[in-house]
Amino acid sequence: MTAHRLDGFLARLEAAEGLEGLQGLIEALRDHYRVDHMVYHWVSTDGQQYGCGTYSRDWCIRYVVADYLRIDPVIIGCFQRFHPVDWKRLDWSSKAARTFRADAIEHGVGNQGFSIPVRGPNGQFALFSVSHTTDDASWAEFTGAHQRDLILLGHFFNQKGLELAGDRTPEPSKTLSPRETDALTFLAMGYGRAQVAEMLAISEHTLRAYIESARFKLGALNTTHAVARAVAEGQIVLGGASRAAKGDWPGLREADVAAE
Amino acid sequence: MLRYHYASELRDLPRLRDAMFRDRADQFRRRLGWAVSVDENGLERDEYDDLNPLYVIWQRPDGLHGGSMRFLPTTGRTMVNEHFLDLMDGVPLHSPLIWECTRFCLAPGSDGRVAAALMLACGELMRGFSLAHMLGVFDARMVRIYRMIGASPEIIGSAGQGRDRISVGLWEYQGEARPGVLRKAGISSDLSELWFERSFGRPVQSRPATAVA
Repeated sequence: MTAHRLDGFLARLEAAEGLEGLQGLIEALRDHYRVDHMVYHWVSTDGQQYGCGTYSRDWCIRYVVADYLRIDPVIIGCFQRFHPVDWKRLDWSSKAARTFRADAIEHGVGNQGFSIPVRGPNGQFALFSVSHTTDDASWAEFTGAHQRDLILLGHFFNQKGLELAGDRTPEPSKTLSPRETDALTFLAMGYGRAQVAEMLAISEHTLRAYIESARFKLGALNTTHAVARAVAEGQIVLGGASRAAKGDWPGLREADVAAE
Repeated sequence: MLRYHYASELRDLPRLRDAMFRDRADQFRRRLGWAVSVDENGLERDEYDDLNPLYVIWQRPDGLHGGSMRFLPTTGRTMVNEHFLDLMDGVPLHSPLIWECTRFCLAPGSDGRVAAALMLACGELMRGFSLAHMLGVFDARMVRIYRMIGASPEIIGSAGQGRDRISVGLWEYQGEARPGVLRKAGISSDLSELWFERSFGRPVQSRPATAVA
């Protein structure tokens, strides 16, 4: 997916109000990636399930009625991990798991799946999954090509989920650190990475880590988007001393702030 | 060989697990004098070992622990964000593309090859899971070891002096450093990829569909 298209999705995600808004978005993302299903699933410690996704209504009802939460190897396996997991790697050896898998395929979930476990604040746990019907080689190619974007999308859905859940759990901090603010401000002013690193007396390498952390806090896919969002939220203030602008309001130049 | 295990999987490897926690006690309490807690069995464990972290362990030919490191995602609880904020501008780093790496430990008698193998594993995790950075806490001796291996982190904050100096630093994934680290570890690229695949059930990097038999 192009960064531009994902930016559009992220802007919609940021603006989404309620689970209904997330539902429309996850359907659009599923269509975009041309996979059978995409699901964001947060299981709270008291067993409440919360989320959105494209599984059929029949399958969702079946899942709850059959109490598959206790059997589902995706839930059980991913809860103990934090790296992206191909469903093939999970433990399907028990009879209950095999029955569950057959039922899932019967309900159109697909024979392949890939999940991003999300570890949030205070032990919060959620999953972001894509599933599809295809062979192993094509699936490996798909997940390899989109792993990074899926990791980010899963975590952005979770940030939104935490926000929508209100006081069920504290919202992750979106406040930028002084260094992060400095980095984005100078980038927004049109300075290149090397110059920003020099001004802050850090290496470009460390600068990239600050930008990466700020980008995530801001729910942005790339640096350009992070800068735009930081400006929109008033976390950084632009104006005046832009190097590129001649008495004009400084604009963002794609080349200066583009993601590597 | 290199093994990648979550804490929950170490239940099945009690001998290796206990050797790791015992060697950690030796390194962090006896040799470095850190205020870590060691239980009645001589094992050093802290609250982060209870969060089901991922460990990379160098297993020696005799089956015991030769060295290890511990990883946690910075989206959840981490040692750096909870205990070393003063070294980090006072504001925590959080990103799904940044993992924390702590408790880098070498068993007595382990040489630079083991240290290089552990750094190699760190790089394989970044490569395999699309991570941008590792965020680490380490002591003064490790700074020299990392330099020797050719995998120096960017230090973003330090406290203390001399051998008591503790630093927080960042590694960025750099593919061009990999051949050098492989050479220092004395491990072939294929072997490292085999160990990764054995642990995670998938290759470090997916190959094009046409290349799959």
